[in-house]
Amino acid sequence: MISKIILSAAAAALMASTALAGGHCAAGKTLTDGKLTIATGNPAYFPWVLDDAPESGNGFEAAVAYAVAAEMGFSEADVVWVRSSFDEAIQPGAKNFDFNLQQYSITPERDEVVDFSAPYFTAPMAVLVGPGAVDTPATMAALKGLKWGASGSHTSVQKLMNDIQPTSDPLLYGDNADINAAIGANQIDAALFDLPTALFLSAVMIEGSKVIGQFASDESQGGDQFGMLFEDGNALKECVDDALAAMTSNGTLAAIEATWMQDTTGVPLIQ
Amino acid sequence: MTRRELFEHRQKRRSIMIAATSTILVLVAVIVFVPMTPGWEKVQKSFFNGAVLAKTFPRLIEAFKLNIMIFLWSAPLIAILGLLVALARDAKSPALFPLRILSTAFTDVFRGVPVILTVYLIGFGIPGLGLPRPWNSPYIWGSLALILTYSAYVAEIFRAGIDSVHPSQRSAALSLGLSERQVMRDVVLPQAVRNVVPSQMNMLIALQKDVSLLSFIGPVEIFRQAGVFKSLLANFTPYVGAAIIFLVVTIPATRYADYLLARQSRERS
Repeated sequence: MISKIILSAAAAALMASTALAGGHCAAGKTLTDGKLTIATGNPAYFPWVLDDAPESGNGFEAAVAYAVAAEMGFSEADVVWVRSSFDEAIQPGAKNFDFNLQQYSITPERDEVVDFSAPYFTAPMAVLVGPGAVDTPATMAALKGLKWGASGSHTSVQKLMNDIQPTSDPLLYGDNADINAAIGANQIDAALFDLPTALFLSAVMIEGSKVIGQFASDESQGGDQFGMLFEDGNALKECVDDALAAMTSNGTLAAIEATWMQDTTGVPLIQ
Repeated sequence: MTRRELFEHRQKRRSIMIAATSTILVLVAVIVFVPMTPGWEKVQKSFFNGAVLAKTFPRLIEAFKLNIMIFLWSAPLIAILGLLVALARDAKSPALFPLRILSTAFTDVFRGVPVILTVYLIGFGIPGLGLPRPWNSPYIWGSLALILTYSAYVAEIFRAGIDSVHPSQRSAALSLGLSERQVMRDVVLPQAVRNVVPSQMNMLIALQKDVSLLSFIGPVEIFRQAGVFKSLLANFTPYVGAAIIFLVVTIPATRYADYLLARQSRERS
């Protein structure tokens, strides 16, 4: 009897140490057997990853990554982080990550080139205005007249052009730091971000700025659903989708969101 | 035909045959073997996607008009400032020594700093001082960054041109009773400028490409527009489209610069 217990304990230990040896969904589907290689941005930004240190598990995306890993049977030690740019993620050829999460909006066009997991977050787009335009009312009519900026690599450009249709040509930038500089230099009045990023920039990065409104996330044509990015045809996608489905139904995902995401109900909807 | 002419004729035909054969072999190798590589299908889909090119090309051409506009208003100012700096560096009068120092510092600094840094510093920095609109426009300050950088190079080329005019001409003109100013304006500069036209053509071609650096501070010119399409479509084909548009402009310009250079060396020999 005792020997039987020891045997099963040893078997359990063996299972744990070789991670996914036995019949688990992700077994044999990762770059390195028994390890899960996850890519994030360089640098990774608050509130998605805190202090640019995803290994800490602090920050929304870092926490989601570890939760997905755990759901698939990987221990924390089995998670390996790498960094990638957007271009590296979509270039053809082999990838150096199993999946990549850095606020990739799922779009049908992108889906033709790479694969996306089920969405792990739905981010409404929000309007951040500089010190000179904080009194702008949150209405479409008022927004049209502003001088706009946005990140050239973000789906917000589409939103800006198709929905807001500003009267003067918007200026586009390479990253958020440049948008901050342009707001600081009063070259633009307003910029479009996903809501968590907008709240962070307004609170910490750009003095005197304000998030004046958010767009209803259902009207944004699915443009702001963030998914994990896989190389086209990666078999691991189904395992991650299953893990995300389980995390959604058992409330893990909502709990992570509550922990790391600021309450956004105070930001008015744009009429 | 003499025996020698026959021989040369044969030699010429032979070298044409060899050139044609090797060109065909290389082309066949590229056309046949590249598509046989395992990743070709994906590379083709990402970089040479006909559907994406057709969809994005009109907007890229639209955006390229902005490149042309920035180029058109920058180039004359670069020529003027470049010439002024070259003249300042060449000033002989002791009283103008500060001017020489300043112009030397100018060329050293702006040739030594990467263009993109100058564009960032001037494009965001000066408007950040609190200029009112429209005077804080990235178009103005971005163009100024290009003008400063390129006039530093252009000034050096003008200076080389001025140096290339033999000192005896200066002495001869002075001995005829022309003033220093007249010598420079009527004797040295006309020859100097003529001598450096081919080199300056190359600067124009380089400027034409570097206009794209203004995209970093906001203007949506062709490079940024291609980048927007790249992100939305997750496809690099728009960059290839932009490259095609650039080539359509730069290849004739390069050929023209080569032609000028060849003509110049013919005239000199």
